[in-house]
Amino acid sequence: MTVPLRLSVRHTSSADEAGLPFQIALAVPSDLGLVEQVVDLVARHSLAAGLPPRRVRFHLRTALAEALANAMRYGNRLDQARKVSVRVEFAVEAIHLHVADEGDGFDPARVPDPTAPDRIGADGGRGLFLIRSLVDGLEFNQKGNALCMTLRRT
Amino acid sequence: MSFSVRRDAKGVMVIGVDGQLIVGNRHELKSQVTEALERGERKFLVDFTKTGYIDSSGLGVLVSLSKRIRESGGELRLAGLNDDLKTLFELTKLDTLFAVSDTAEEALAAF
Repeated sequence: MTVPLRLSVRHTSSADEAGLPFQIALAVPSDLGLVEQVVDLVARHSLAAGLPPRRVRFHLRTALAEALANAMRYGNRLDQARKVSVRVEFAVEAIHLHVADEGDGFDPARVPDPTAPDRIGADGGRGLFLIRSLVDGLEFNQKGNALCMTLRRT
Repeated sequence: MSFSVRRDAKGVMVIGVDGQLIVGNRHELKSQVTEALERGERKFLVDFTKTGYIDSSGLGVLVSLSKRIRESGGELRLAGLNDDLKTLFELTKLDTLFAVSDTAEEALAAF
């Protein structure tokens, strides 16, 4: 069963307020079946906000889907009572995608490179690598349970 | 239905991925190939001509299936990757692991 997503869209009164024309926020149950729905929704808003189609279709969709799946699987252990919060800030120069889970966090520096010769044939472990490869900026909080991906508009 | 399956005249199982190969449907692809292997099929082509998107789970299942097919003495080829998917395979260096053809016809000719 698909759980309705709680979406809030906030339009600020003027586009120059902190450089944020608007942002959207979602609290998503940890159900992998919802990943595409969230990605579609954010992609639609991003296209409407003027991001180039390939950056939306490929970079944003792939990076956001990987971040959501990681947060649900490894952060929230697929416990549907635990939510993944998603907040997207549409700024003038870039969009910032914040994804946070309710887990204990991890150390991204300890995730091995999946393109290393001894890892290339592994079944998994490519999600974070793809995120890093496709976004213009990636930051984690200290706990390691929240990340912010930045995609420039050009 | 995410996948179409047919057996061509040369005995190649041609599996077309319709739309996407992601965490939600990867098990279906795994089952299709595993069942075909158990029936004795050994030649597989996964055709991505109608595929827009593959996530890291989808890449993982392809890696896992390629190992299983190879261990069974079989052969797996991929075809029809669009520019985004080619970039995905290049970034992850999986283009070095798989035999990739531009079109399904070219891949079938290579078996």
